[in-house]
Amino acid sequence: MKIMAQMAMVMNLDKCIGCHTCSVTCKQAWTNRAGTEYVWFNNVETRPGLGYPRTYEDQEEWKGGWTLGKNGKLQLKAGGRLKKLANIFSNPKMPSIDDYYEPWTYDYETLLTSPATKNFPVARPKSLLTGKDMNVRWSANWDDDLGGSKEIAVKDPMLKGIEDKVKFEFEQTFMFYLPRICEHCLNPSCAASCPSGAIYKREEDGIVLVDQDRCRGWRMCVSGCPYKKVYFNHKTGKAEKCTFCYPRVEVGIPTVCAETCVGRLRYIGLMLYDADRVLEAASVENDHDLYEAQRSVFLDPNDPEIARAAEEAGIPGDWVEAAKKSPVRRLIQDYKVALPLHPEYRTMPMVWYIPPLSPVVDVIKETGHDGEDKNNLFAAIDTLRIPVEYLANLFTAGDVGPINDVLRKLAAMRSFMRDINLGGDPDESIAEAVGMDAESMYEMFRLLAIAKYNERY
Amino acid sequence: MSIDDPMTNALLRTRRHFEPQKVSPDLRTLYKEGGRSGDAFYRDRWAHDKVVRSTHGVNCTGSCSWKVYVKDGIITWEAQQTDYPSAGADKPEYEPRGCPRGAAFSWYTYSPTRVRYPYVRGVLLEMFRAAKAEHGGDPVLAWASIVEDPEKARRYKRARGKGGLVRATWEDVVEIVAAAHVHTVKQYGPDRIAGFSPIPAMSPVSYTSGARFLELVGAPMLSFYDWYADLPNASPQMFGDQTDVPESGDWWDAGYLIMWGSNVPLTRTPDAHWMTEARYRGQKVIAVAPDYAENVKFADEWVTAAPGTDGALAMAMGHVVLKEFFVEQQVPFFEGYNKRFTDLPNLVALTQGPDGVLRPGKYLVAGDVEGGPKSDSENAMWKTAVFDSNTGELAIPNGSIGDRYGEEGMGRWNLELEGIDPLLSVYETRDDAVEVELPRFDAGDGKVAYESRGVPVRRVGERLVTTVLDLMLAQYGVGREGLPGSWPTGYDDPSAPATPAWQQEHTGVPAQQVERLAREWAQNAIDTGGRGMILMGAGVNHWFHSDQIYRAMLVLTTITGCQGRNGGGWAHYVGQEKIRPIMGFQHMAFALDWHRPPRHMNQTSYWYVHTSQYRYDTHNADDLDAGTGIFAGKGVMDLLAQSARLGWSPSYPTFDRSSLDIADQAEAAGMEVPAYVASELKSGAMKFAVEDPENPVNYPRVLSLWRSNLLGSSAKGNEYFLRHLLGTDSAATALEASPEHRPTSVEWADEAGEGKLDLLMTIDFRMTSSTILSDVVLPAATWYEKHDLSTTDMHPFIHSFNPAINPPWQTKSDWEAWKAVAKKFSELAVEHLGTRKDVIAKPLWHDTPEAMATVHGEVKDWKLGECEPIPGKTMPVIAVAERDYTAVYDKMTTIGPLLEKVGMLTKGVAYQVGREVDILRQRNGVAMSGAGKGQPKVETDVQMADAMLHLAGVSNGHLATQGFKFLEKRTGTQLADLSAEHEGKQITFADTQVSPVPVITSPEWSGSESGGRRYSPFTINIERKKPFHTLTGRQQFYVDHDWFIGMGEALPVYRPPLNMTQLFGEAPIGEQNELGVSVRYLTPHNKWSIHSEYQDNLFMLSLSRGGQSVWMSDRDADKVGIKDNDWIEMVNRNGVVAARAIVSHRMPEGTVYMHHAQDRLIDVPLTERDRKRGGIHNSLTRILLKPNHMVGGYAQLAYFFNYIGPIGNNRDEVTMIRKRTTPVEY
Repeated sequence: MKIMAQMAMVMNLDKCIGCHTCSVTCKQAWTNRAGTEYVWFNNVETRPGLGYPRTYEDQEEWKGGWTLGKNGKLQLKAGGRLKKLANIFSNPKMPSIDDYYEPWTYDYETLLTSPATKNFPVARPKSLLTGKDMNVRWSANWDDDLGGSKEIAVKDPMLKGIEDKVKFEFEQTFMFYLPRICEHCLNPSCAASCPSGAIYKREEDGIVLVDQDRCRGWRMCVSGCPYKKVYFNHKTGKAEKCTFCYPRVEVGIPTVCAETCVGRLRYIGLMLYDADRVLEAASVENDHDLYEAQRSVFLDPNDPEIARAAEEAGIPGDWVEAAKKSPVRRLIQDYKVALPLHPEYRTMPMVWYIPPLSPVVDVIKETGHDGEDKNNLFAAIDTLRIPVEYLANLFTAGDVGPINDVLRKLAAMRSFMRDINLGGDPDESIAEAVGMDAESMYEMFRLLAIAKYNERY
Repeated sequence: MSIDDPMTNALLRTRRHFEPQKVSPDLRTLYKEGGRSGDAFYRDRWAHDKVVRSTHGVNCTGSCSWKVYVKDGIITWEAQQTDYPSAGADKPEYEPRGCPRGAAFSWYTYSPTRVRYPYVRGVLLEMFRAAKAEHGGDPVLAWASIVEDPEKARRYKRARGKGGLVRATWEDVVEIVAAAHVHTVKQYGPDRIAGFSPIPAMSPVSYTSGARFLELVGAPMLSFYDWYADLPNASPQMFGDQTDVPESGDWWDAGYLIMWGSNVPLTRTPDAHWMTEARYRGQKVIAVAPDYAENVKFADEWVTAAPGTDGALAMAMGHVVLKEFFVEQQVPFFEGYNKRFTDLPNLVALTQGPDGVLRPGKYLVAGDVEGGPKSDSENAMWKTAVFDSNTGELAIPNGSIGDRYGEEGMGRWNLELEGIDPLLSVYETRDDAVEVELPRFDAGDGKVAYESRGVPVRRVGERLVTTVLDLMLAQYGVGREGLPGSWPTGYDDPSAPATPAWQQEHTGVPAQQVERLAREWAQNAIDTGGRGMILMGAGVNHWFHSDQIYRAMLVLTTITGCQGRNGGGWAHYVGQEKIRPIMGFQHMAFALDWHRPPRHMNQTSYWYVHTSQYRYDTHNADDLDAGTGIFAGKGVMDLLAQSARLGWSPSYPTFDRSSLDIADQAEAAGMEVPAYVASELKSGAMKFAVEDPENPVNYPRVLSLWRSNLLGSSAKGNEYFLRHLLGTDSAATALEASPEHRPTSVEWADEAGEGKLDLLMTIDFRMTSSTILSDVVLPAATWYEKHDLSTTDMHPFIHSFNPAINPPWQTKSDWEAWKAVAKKFSELAVEHLGTRKDVIAKPLWHDTPEAMATVHGEVKDWKLGECEPIPGKTMPVIAVAERDYTAVYDKMTTIGPLLEKVGMLTKGVAYQVGREVDILRQRNGVAMSGAGKGQPKVETDVQMADAMLHLAGVSNGHLATQGFKFLEKRTGTQLADLSAEHEGKQITFADTQVSPVPVITSPEWSGSESGGRRYSPFTINIERKKPFHTLTGRQQFYVDHDWFIGMGEALPVYRPPLNMTQLFGEAPIGEQNELGVSVRYLTPHNKWSIHSEYQDNLFMLSLSRGGQSVWMSDRDADKVGIKDNDWIEMVNRNGVVAARAIVSHRMPEGTVYMHHAQDRLIDVPLTERDRKRGGIHNSLTRILLKPNHMVGGYAQLAYFFNYIGPIGNNRDEVTMIRKRTTPVEY
């Protein structure tokens, strides 16, 4: 056993309002400069939609992450080192600028400096790459709120296999938002792809960084990362990525994206894990087992033996305490409401998500309400607008079981709390029906709803 | 090659030799201790020199506190503050309020759209310089020589908007602006000048800068809340209050939450988390939205009412609630509430028309019943009546407006019932049951029809009376055994209002869903003690008939006892106007310390007249009103003129002569001014300017905009502004009214004026549609470069703006800019103006005894000989102010003597503030000379902020307590304890610089924060039995003014969107022709901007579509071959828009959204039709006045600034949309 500590994040998608404040504050702080105009360490995607860069989740196309070889061993989906070396000067799986978007500005000064003319002046778009007039055809968030849905969202790779369940018709509309940063994976394929060894995972907190001095700009990390969260700075010729705001985290301030999240949906916390078991967990045969496999590498800091071992491994005492209190650990391990994004990439991502509830589809039919409880104001999970299969494609490699479990917990929590809200006694059987007890359900409510600053981070 | 093959391992093993870092035993992970030296770049990037608290100004009403980071004297970025005082241990917190728009703001500081220097249009500057030389260097004469020369005036006005701005000096521009003001005052009078700056709550000092100057000059400030169509007239109609709503933290307390036309995540981004979190507390959430809006994601159910039909939905929910919870059973909780706090038990006399038909008439009042209770008391015609179930007799409970004024009412203006048990219905004790005629407006032809429904009645003398509840049940189609008339057969009867099946025909919402929601709503109110809340937004509030939509919705929150509760009632979030230190603000902004009354103008009426939009009313007022007949033969313009002359609404310019001449003329005639004005009007020697609007002496001449982008944002009928106000290019093609549709009491000029305005001046920090059209543009400091205050109704804190850097280049704060203008103006006044007497016509004001001008709401017009013109009673109040024009600067920068001499007055509560002014003398210092000698200084923005805070109850506990004690004398109930806990607390500007500061409970508002509770409106009314500011003192469902009854709106009724085909000949929705397909045209708020700000921000543009766009349904797009991102053109009679389409299946068929205020500056091509620059969203709209919004002089229907009045509604419009066929050109 090798105990290590990892900074991790949970985002509660059930609270995400899709406002993109996180994207803007992150960009302002980190990538608002030449060479990174198109770079958003943090972005927010409307789902269903294509994401940024477009269709990044289609690994048949992009070959990011790991795959399980015939011998049962992990290999980079893009191929091993020799293949990489062979392609080092012409990486075939690099997203082009069109797959992100061509950054632009406007000739704003015309508005002030225009000479007397026939018509009102106007500012036209100019490419930030070529400086020439351009026609805006794609942006950092082009398909926001289902814009262009029937031409764009229909190509969402995550719809594969469930096309019959998702109709792009007004009456069946659904959408939700997926904010994304670097996953700071336990088994990062970007690092493994780097011919220069410039990508490293910090020992004390697991943050994955690009060493700007060592980076040679081969861009193998860009294609190696299945989440496409490593970017190429075309001015410096180096790779850059989300740093988990280490200059802030090191002094005890949350990341920019988390602290500025007005939905209050981001939690940051420390996880302890057994580094020796990462490879094994990432190598389980069935994709559906990856979620539990990853959970199994996490260690319980409340277990005195683990705490002692952590101390022996050189992890400071306050870090162990932090791991005990970690809201991320509670959401992943105790309440089991947070799930990893695309476990099937086998990188063991460390930014997890609570999937969203949604309105019921058909309110007319009698069964529009939970059949078990006639007085329940809240809808049964199987009538929700967002198909569980779609969520499963994002968070559980297609296994709807864990998705259903989480959504049922959230719905049960609302029923449970309504009794308390109305001044009545809580009904413990509601908690038990979803495998929880009254106390943990109440504590989960406090963490998700009241969510004070010092509880979130 | 796999990860574990020998070759790989060999390669990896070599790593150990080359890597200084530790390599893991499996060779696959490289550990670098610290890793810090290699990444100094990011550490440097994060470093900064200081962090300054500021916020975002008028453009946004979020009022979030921000950290502005500064490095090397440069603003780098911003992030949200997280130091709000706690909302409570068991509640979520306000941190971190913010949104992406605010997070992107710092981009403006150094952006290429920043206005760095003063600018003037070259052609005008040249003329001015030449004229000045010609006129001996006198700028006033120079200005006069240009604007009074038609050829010169036309030349620079035609050039407006079309480039050619040249850089000037502050000296140049201040001189031009001051000269224009002086000339206009001298030539036409001060009310030919106007200023527009909206929403003071989010930078009251900046608002005050120009407002204080203009009010000192005697120029009207134009309203904003009504103009934006954000003012819900239903609020004054029902509550007697402008608007008062819960803070967002109170959503948490609700057991049932309906978001109705309010897209919370998008328009209330900083507050949305309260909604997402309250769900976890077991709150049920409903979204009513025509599209799959962003908020729908969070709801348990999506109710897809067709746009503009929300009134029908609300009526049907009301039908179910009334039937199941008021008729089929009596709910003690509901009964107790309504008996005391609503007019449901109040008695209404039925009126028999000449046709013998009975209709609901006037409230029965004490003075109506000879020998009846309180019939000979003071204000007996203003005391409404009930039946007391204890005695079965008439009773006059306390609390109506008759108790609010006069000696006898002292201690009686309260909602104590004193043993009276008001009878809600006379059904059980009826003398008879009769049929009354009730209007309905849901017919396909858009015309009124009538239902005959029975009500139980009692006889009081000659009168047949019934209760408001009995009338409501009839109006809602809820029958009872034994009542005559026609009634729906059940919920499934679609033939008549207001059944669930009937609403389904109009809204498309399944009847069963409505039944269930109504039942859940009422049951939740019972279970939670009234904790049901409706968040209402622009989606329902921006319609022509929004007051009726709202009244139907407010029936739901009120009859179920939800108003005045934490977690309950209405939550109107459109144009958050709440300036918490309202008293200090009002007295400073409108210079009430120097002159009273101020000139305040309803902006909707102002532009309806001065942009000549009235001339395009190709219908008469009765057509607009579905043919009820009350306005037969009149135009809306006739009604507006009537409203002005009866003193109902303000009207500026007021008379057809200068207001500075009237006092002299009265003196010459040997008469008192008010009597002189009345006699001149009666004889016809003097007319109201509104009666001859195209006469150049009645034009508005000077308009200043600051904190405002009128012409890119709020200008409904933008193209008419361009043509008539500015005299430049316009895309309107509408025809003027033919003779039978023209007003009869207003002069009709052969040709409407074009280019009425002599000077358009804008102060801004960025280029907008308004700055490009302005003659003079002054460079403003941004929100990160000045001191100011910020409050909102969404949270209970006051916080501050502070300069992160000094204003760069030649920019100045609004405060400093206006001081410079004031100084120059005062200098020029010495030669040209001196001291003059100014005659002000002020409308009858709300919260004063003037509101008791119209007994029974019976309209009598002196012009028609129905009564005498009596100032302050049957016509406006006539007041005289002495204006020393040379002392304007001195007065602007000192606090005048009226505060100490006369006191302060807010919402009918009077304050003595000698002590407070003395404290300000100490704090701010006193002026040693000039007009303000010995008075406290307000020279700086910080001094002004401190004055506002110190002169308001919410920020000065001493005043709050004083106000409550004043009120206690009138109500006879206990109130002063509400602020006792903070009596010694005085919030200073310095306090707000440290962190957001919670406010103190004050009589300025209707809710209580005492003990740290969340703010909800009317809790003081409900808990302390303080009457509402209405006729009855109760929340009023019934409005008995002549115009309301005549329009069929005495009670809530469903009125569908206006029929633009009948009124204006537009193609019916769904019709296809060579211009494309006809669609409903809506302009909701934009995700990437708030008003037009941020729409030009590169971050926001990069996260969206990069320019003007229009959302439409894939089904409509298919009809006319439009694909996503295609260029489209939209055309109706008002103008043309050239934009791109966003096609999505989340949009409903038949409706397009052009998000509000995208401006015309960013990637807008020339239109295909005109080869001119494409328009803004308001290029397709125009102003339409609703007649009963002009009513005044009657209890809660009395004017106050931004309180009541015609709204600039814009949702009923339609347009054609088609694909652009020719290549895009710029």
